[in-house]
Order: sequence, then structure tokens, then C-alpha cells
Amino acid sequence: MSDLRELYQEVILDHHKNPRNFRILEGANRTAEGYNPLCGDRITIYLQLQGDVITDISFQGVGCAISKASASMMTTRLKGKTRAEAEALFGKFHRVVTGQRDLAPDGPELGKLEVFAGVSEFPVRVKCASLAWHTLRAALDGGSQTVSTE
Amino acid sequence: MSAAVEILPPDTRDESSRRALAVHRVREDFPILSQKVRGKPLVYLDNAATSQKPQAVIEALQRYYAVENSNVHRGIHLLSEQATQAYEAARARVQRFVNAASTREIIFTRGTTESINLVAASYGRRHLQPGDEVIISWMEHHSNIVPWQMLCEEKGAILRVVPINDDGEFLLQEYEKLLNPRTRLVSVTHVSNALGTINPIGEIIAMAHRWDVPVLVDGAQAAPHLPVDVQALDCDFYAFSGHKLYGPTGIGVLYGKARLLDAMPPYQGGGDMIRSVTFEKTIYNALPYKFEAGTPNVAGAIGLGVAIEYLEQFGLENLAAYEHELLSYATPAISRIPGVRLIGTAREKTSVLSFVLDGVHPHDVGTILDREGIAIRTGHHCAQPVMDRFGVPATARASFAFYNTREEVDALVAGIHKVIEVFS
Repeated sequence: MSDLRELYQEVILDHHKNPRNFRILEGANRTAEGYNPLCGDRITIYLQLQGDVITDISFQGVGCAISKASASMMTTRLKGKTRAEAEALFGKFHRVVTGQRDLAPDGPELGKLEVFAGVSEFPVRVKCASLAWHTLRAALDGGSQTVSTE
Repeated sequence: MSAAVEILPPDTRDESSRRALAVHRVREDFPILSQKVRGKPLVYLDNAATSQKPQAVIEALQRYYAVENSNVHRGIHLLSEQATQAYEAARARVQRFVNAASTREIIFTRGTTESINLVAASYGRRHLQPGDEVIISWMEHHSNIVPWQMLCEEKGAILRVVPINDDGEFLLQEYEKLLNPRTRLVSVTHVSNALGTINPIGEIIAMAHRWDVPVLVDGAQAAPHLPVDVQALDCDFYAFSGHKLYGPTGIGVLYGKARLLDAMPPYQGGGDMIRSVTFEKTIYNALPYKFEAGTPNVAGAIGLGVAIEYLEQFGLENLAAYEHELLSYATPAISRIPGVRLIGTAREKTSVLSFVLDGVHPHDVGTILDREGIAIRTGHHCAQPVMDRFGVPATARASFAFYNTREEVDALVAGIHKVIEVFS
């Protein structure tokens, strides 16, 4: 049960049940869709990008607890951040959820996003945790194609 | 048939304890079932994805490679002769298993998917014209959708889809409306992999035949769980896989009526499928070899034959009856858990329980059950149209085999309660 609790921490379950910024963003100037064919998770990220700064961000979609909580917590973290800061966070986040923190221990502090460290014990769930971030990157790049985790 | 008596004994004693004892004896034939995963006894409930293999099959594969391995149909030496004999004996066993009229009608393939693709590529390409129609159903596995989409796109033909009702049942009256003079082929599953529905395949075939339309039956989920008699069904093609039938992966079967197969062009070119080759003209081999280009999966075929032999000691009817009883035990046990909704509630079902749990994604269900040692499938089960039909992105699916027990159903129920606890 302990590693399960590590995966399904209270904060993750909370964001799953009450996702933050879970809406269509009026006035978004960037959107992207993400799809995880393995579990059928679908997510849309909405961005308001002014220059290099994410002034507002929201998401919609269906997914498992991990993917939904990850998207929710990502949006709360990224509001007001620059594109470069978002990229650096994703890099660190990805290393942590794949159990490769030691590869580059520097980089930004994950803060609350540390709760996803437990995902590294569940390799098939890494895609769930990173779907929102891949979709964010697609939105930042301005592409209109659906990104897939496959 | 003596073992069958052990599985379903006459009610001379305490029936449940004797049956449990017999099932536990059967389980000893499957070495993988005795292991622990994640520190818990393995509860394997993913049989619709693939079934486990009895020791007899594992030994047959080992023996084949240790002392029998040789190429078939070409060597003059003893090993080749023996390998050929064993390969053809497996074909004869498959023929009896589905009651085909002749071994000429049994083609070994890689699996159900290749069997369907063979018919689409050979029969379909030969017979479809622009504007012609192919009928499938809403509950097909992607492998019985995509080959027909590809064929229809190539030929300018139209794919028609028979709808299903809220219980996941095939709608015969809607099907009847779709049959018309432009229908060239019907390809329908015998049993739904995502829902467990047993289709009224005999009626489906009879109705198509009134229009002189041949029918391919996807038997991947049916062959392991129901007795199949291709002559009684009067189906034109019947496709199934070895690995779901307690045999090896990479081996499957296409049954086809000899009359149809004889008239069909080869599927692939290569060795074994030819009688003579010159640069001017190649003469194709006779059935079934015309459709078996290249060195076949000899070990796989032998393993499949042994798997069938293993099953036949019990009798498919008896295995089906046991599995049905397990389903009757599991269905109310699962459906009365608060928040559970069963997807697929047909009157006629094999032992598949697809479900969703209120507020919890099937993948989270699967992860938590996995930590309890319980293997189920979560996702769309390669049947996305079925998921769309029921308005869910995915389901959790427990699928039972004759080596599963009531205790394992109880473990599943306890596991689902644990999921609810984690998410409460």
C-alpha cells in the first residue's frame, strides 16, 4: 500500500477531484491537444502568451487521476512564468518522474510538483504524468497538431 | 473425458468443494499461475488478451526445438519427415476441433489478424467493385475493422456497420436492413472481446446466405470458450488465434470453405505456396499450402495442436459451463459494488466483465489492482467504437478462464474496494 500512497497522494487526489483552471480560456492565443492512445486520455491546453510570458493557462479533457492532477498542478505552477522557465521545469519534472533525477540534479525546484516523484515506481504511468507537459510544449511551439504520447 | 467429470461432478457430494479441488488441480497444469507478483499470489484475469499455457504446451515447444526441429515439406531426411508429420497432425487436430470437412480448409497464419487480412487481401480484392458493400458490426475489434476500411478505400467500396443496443447486443433487424444486392461480404465477431457478448452467429450467417453473401467469423474470443462447428454454422471463413486458446503466440488459423479458397488468389508469394516456378510462369500449390508462403511457424502449430488436445480432455462444453458459472458468480459480486457500472450486459455472454467505476479512471483501477497481484486489462480493448457507443474513454476488463476460481473473483472484489478506499 505504501507505494500506492506514494503515487496517489492526497494532493494528487485533490487535484483530480477538483482540478484547477479546468475550463476553456477565453482569449487564448495558443492551444494544443494531447492524446494518450494507451488509456484514451485527451487533454486540451489553452495559453495566453504575451511575448515570452504565460499570462494565463487552463485545460480541459478526460483522463486518469495522474494525468488530470498533473495538468491541474502544472497550470497553477506556470501562470506568470516565461517560456524558458516552463521548459526548464518540464525538463526537471521529466527527469524526476522517470527516475533520472541524478542525471541533472540542478535546475529549478519542483516544489509541489515533487508529489509526482512516486510515478517513477510505475513506469507505465509516466506517460499519464507527462501528457499535459508534452501538450504544453506543443502549445508553446504554436503547432496545431495533436501530440501523442505514442 | 474423465477429467471433465472432475470439473463438473455429479451432485453426489458437496459440489462446491469438489469443484474447487478439481480447479486447483487444473491450475497445477499452468506453471505461471503459481507465482507471486508484487508479493501477492498472481490473480490472472486478463485471459481475453492472452491465456496462459499448460505445461504440456510448454514441453511440446521445448521438445520440438530440442529434438525435432527441422523444416517441413522439403527435406528427405528423418527430422524433416517427422517435423512435417507433426505439423500436419496439428492441422488435422485443428480440423477436428472446429469440425471442418477437410484439412485442406485449415490454413495456418500468425493469428486472427492475419487470417482476416488474408481474406480481405485475397477474397476482397478479387470480388469488390466500386460501390460494393462490406458489413461489420459496432462491436468489432480493430483487427476486424481496419482491414475492411483499407480494402474499401482501395476499391471505392462502402463499409456498413450494424449497430448494437445498450446491453451490447447485435441488432439483427438493423442488420437485415443493411443486406442488399451490393453486399459482398459480412465479417462479424462471434464473441465481443470488450463486452463478452455472444452473437447469434448462426442467424447472421443464414441471413447473409439468403443474399448469397459469404460470412467471415472472427472467432478469436469464441474458440477458447465455446464449442465451434464450422459446418453446423455454415460459415464461409472462421478465424482464430492460438495464444488465446492456451497455445503459443504467433500461430493462428483461418478456416475457409474449400470451394472459396480454391477460387482465391494467393495472399503472399514465396516458398511452399508454389508447385513450380519459372520466370515465365508460376503454378501455385494446392490447398492449404497455397496460402502458407514461407517456412511456417512449425513449433507454434505443434504447440497449438497440443493445447487443443489438452482442452479436449475436459470437453469444451464442460469448460464453457464452468466459466459460465464463474461469470454468474462474478457478475452480481462486481455489479453490486457501489459506483460500478457494467459495460456489456447481453443475455448471452462469455466470461468477460467490463466495467467502469464512478469517478475513477480505469487506468487507476488497473494500477491499484496490479499492486494486489491482480492482472486485468484497462483501456479501449482495441475496440474504440464500442467505447464511443457507451460514452466511456476506456473500461476495466476482467476476463476469466477455466483455471480461475471463485476465490480469485473474491480477490477482485476486494481489490475494487481497495481502489474505492484509495480514492475516497
